[in-house]
Amino acid sequence: MAEAAHQIAERIPINLVVNGVGRTLNLVPWTTLLDALRDHLALTGTKKGCDHGQCGACTVLVDGRRVNSCLTLAVMMDGAEVTTVEGLASDGTLHPLQQAFIDQDAFQCGYCTSGQICSAAGLLAEGHARDAGEIRELMSGNLCRCGAYPNIVAAIQQAMGRP
Amino acid sequence: MNAYVGTPTSRVDGRAKVTGAAKYAGEFPADGLVHGFIVEATIPRGRIARLDTSAALKVNGVLDVLTHANRPPLAGNDEAWKDEVAPEKGSPFRPLYDDTIKFSGQPIALVVAEDWETAKFAATLVRVEYKPSSFATDLEGERSSAAEMDKPLKPRGNAAAALARAAVRHEADYVIPTEHHNPMELFATTAVWDGGGKLTVYDKTQGVQNVHKFLCAVFGKKPDDIRVVSPYVGGAFGSGLRPQHQVVLATLAALALKRSVRVVLTRQQMYGLGYRPMTIERVGLGAKSDGTLDAVTHEAIAITSRYEDFARNDTGWAEQLYKSPNSRFSHKLVHLDVATPCDMRAPGAASGVCALECAMDELAVALKLDPIELRLNCYSDRDQSENLPYTSKQLRECYARGAEAFGWSRRNPAPRSMHDNHELVGWGMATGVWEALQMPVAVRIALTSNGHAEVSCAASDIGTGTYTVVAQVAADALGLPIENISVRLADSTLPQAPVEGGSWMAASSAHAVLAAAEEVRKELLSLAGKMPGSPLANAELADTVLIDGNIAGISDHSRAVSIADAMRHGNIERIAKEKLNHFDEDKKHARNTHSAVFAEVKIDEQLGVIRVTRIVSAVAAGRILNTKTGRSQIMGGVVWGIGMALHEETVMDHRFGRIMNANIAEYHIPVNADVHDIDVIFVDEPDAHINKLGVKGLGEIGIVGVPAAIANAVYHATGKRIRRFPITLDKLLG
Repeated sequence: MAEAAHQIAERIPINLVVNGVGRTLNLVPWTTLLDALRDHLALTGTKKGCDHGQCGACTVLVDGRRVNSCLTLAVMMDGAEVTTVEGLASDGTLHPLQQAFIDQDAFQCGYCTSGQICSAAGLLAEGHARDAGEIRELMSGNLCRCGAYPNIVAAIQQAMGRP
Repeated sequence: MNAYVGTPTSRVDGRAKVTGAAKYAGEFPADGLVHGFIVEATIPRGRIARLDTSAALKVNGVLDVLTHANRPPLAGNDEAWKDEVAPEKGSPFRPLYDDTIKFSGQPIALVVAEDWETAKFAATLVRVEYKPSSFATDLEGERSSAAEMDKPLKPRGNAAAALARAAVRHEADYVIPTEHHNPMELFATTAVWDGGGKLTVYDKTQGVQNVHKFLCAVFGKKPDDIRVVSPYVGGAFGSGLRPQHQVVLATLAALALKRSVRVVLTRQQMYGLGYRPMTIERVGLGAKSDGTLDAVTHEAIAITSRYEDFARNDTGWAEQLYKSPNSRFSHKLVHLDVATPCDMRAPGAASGVCALECAMDELAVALKLDPIELRLNCYSDRDQSENLPYTSKQLRECYARGAEAFGWSRRNPAPRSMHDNHELVGWGMATGVWEALQMPVAVRIALTSNGHAEVSCAASDIGTGTYTVVAQVAADALGLPIENISVRLADSTLPQAPVEGGSWMAASSAHAVLAAAEEVRKELLSLAGKMPGSPLANAELADTVLIDGNIAGISDHSRAVSIADAMRHGNIERIAKEKLNHFDEDKKHARNTHSAVFAEVKIDEQLGVIRVTRIVSAVAAGRILNTKTGRSQIMGGVVWGIGMALHEETVMDHRFGRIMNANIAEYHIPVNADVHDIDVIFVDEPDAHINKLGVKGLGEIGIVGVPAAIANAVYHATGKRIRRFPITLDKLLG
């Protein structure tokens, strides 16, 4: 194999607005948005559960839409506004979804929780889910191994202000 | 006195978890942190002939590639590698120890680089040549080599003869596949180099002191050299009971490089850890014509590795549940070229009771009895193996309450008799059983004169709610608002705790809190009693209570001295007491939790689609410390049961001895859309014998029985008896 193939590529400057704050990063091109957040910006609230877009633990909001940050290369997000779980509460007041997750006991170990909450925030913005069945279907990209699903549905319903 | 115990208190660690503030093992920062990436073996058995790391070492940013050939010293004796929960018999796996390959997926090198991307890339450049050996990974192919474990339950009567003469007999094999825990958090360790050979090790584990002792033994360190910390664990379900590869490798690399090192397994690599072993469960039931049992036989044939004998109690549960004068049990192991299995939620019971409860359903059909009636016909008030009564057993009440909530009386027993539009409807039920274990745990309480208490213990909270129940019990025992209690857990320097498993931690930690709180109260009484004109001057400890920030008479709360006054008078700011709680040995009772599980399935026969539309789980588990988190734990167990019934299976390609679905897209676990109504009922079960609070534990009982209830519902819906799990649509169409 050629020697050059063994060398890491040039780093690329990337600008992101993360939770309202402008950040500049120099990253190798294959760095995912997930690793950029966790390893380069120390925002470890966003979780890595599979790195293959299979579990949803890495869900964040990019320009208001929910995405799997592990399937998103950071270099493709230059200029984007990213909201992570750390950016949902304002001035110490929890986002209604965060409060609802506590009230409904919608988690146990907490590892999928950031992704569930960000995904639920995206779901509410999309406005497609009208009942429990639709919430279940549209939240099925976010795995929860503790099996808190019924409580997650109840928490989202609480935040929607609907039974 | 019980402002919190028994209430639906929200998790005290909830805010940390919903804001992303809770830090897990792979998230702790360290100066100069470097990253390790594991290279794994791709054959199941043989030796490493050549391991070429030169290309990897040439990559900018790569610091080292550790292999068996260049690693720092590791202990050379099995005793050092045997952690607290290692199988008794065997020689534990030692990562990077030598050139031997014991299973596919075994770590054989660790690439360490300045950043994770570089380590991951360089790991692809490590070249390995093997000297492969012949191997076997197929349990069914090797069934004839199964060897009996040395400690079977003692047989009663003559089960073979009783089975042969039975009026109605049912015998069948039920096959439980290998399953992997797949906690959402990837296994991770951040080993922080503190200088001078000392390390702080942030590890994903269910037992920090287990890992601490293990690392000290493996690396020849003194107890003060290593501290293991694990404040949050992103699920484990048994996979974090034993120290795993990544903690050895991160520690090894940190010592080799004298730098802080993080090693995170990939999801795929986590399939090289332990698992629920594939097991063939052979159950035989013989009944008299009056619908009572005369014979029970249960033989389990399970996978283990070639290097350790892992076995759990799959077969003995009938002794707890069903009266039969004759019984025989055996557990056999088949040694294969795979990693050693490990505990996975309700180990033994989840598999064995699944088979037993499917068999009971088949027997009920053969006897033309309602499945509940058959179970009540042979209901056992004693553990027959030990011939002991239970500390408490409200299983009858579970059947009654569960059946009522489910609407069981409206069931038409004929298969294929119930419909909902184009779907077949099936209703099935099963019994669940688990042990009510308790272990010695120590707790330290530091009470300050401002009425705040710090409660600390080395126990882990793997999502089970330990933080919360400890805070609840402490708040009640100290008479303080729960907001004034802070709980510290999962640091090896804190008071003694075993691994978090077996459903024993709630009862064990709660009673340790009570014991430590009593020491605090003793000290407060001594201070309060010495105050001039004290209303508690001659009070006995047993006549006092801590309530509303006071120490007070137990029957007259107005005879009180405030905690602040007592401490001020004694001129102290802080009372710190540590107490190790031991439970009284009780050889006169059996200790178990029980459940009755009812399942509804709806099946689109043309598509073979199976939906579990309703589950009712009625649980008898003593007193429930927290009805909110307790309900969630049972619900989680039920979801696991749905996975076990319909989804989960680790598939091996036996030609290569490799797992084919080592990811969570092809290893199916239930998703939100798979889970519908789950109704959890806690049956009132006062227990005056088991412990002071009457607490039993909930971690495992939620899953036991669920797969069988669903399988029995599938039979009721379709008339098809699927005995090979999971029940996938191809099996229904076939």
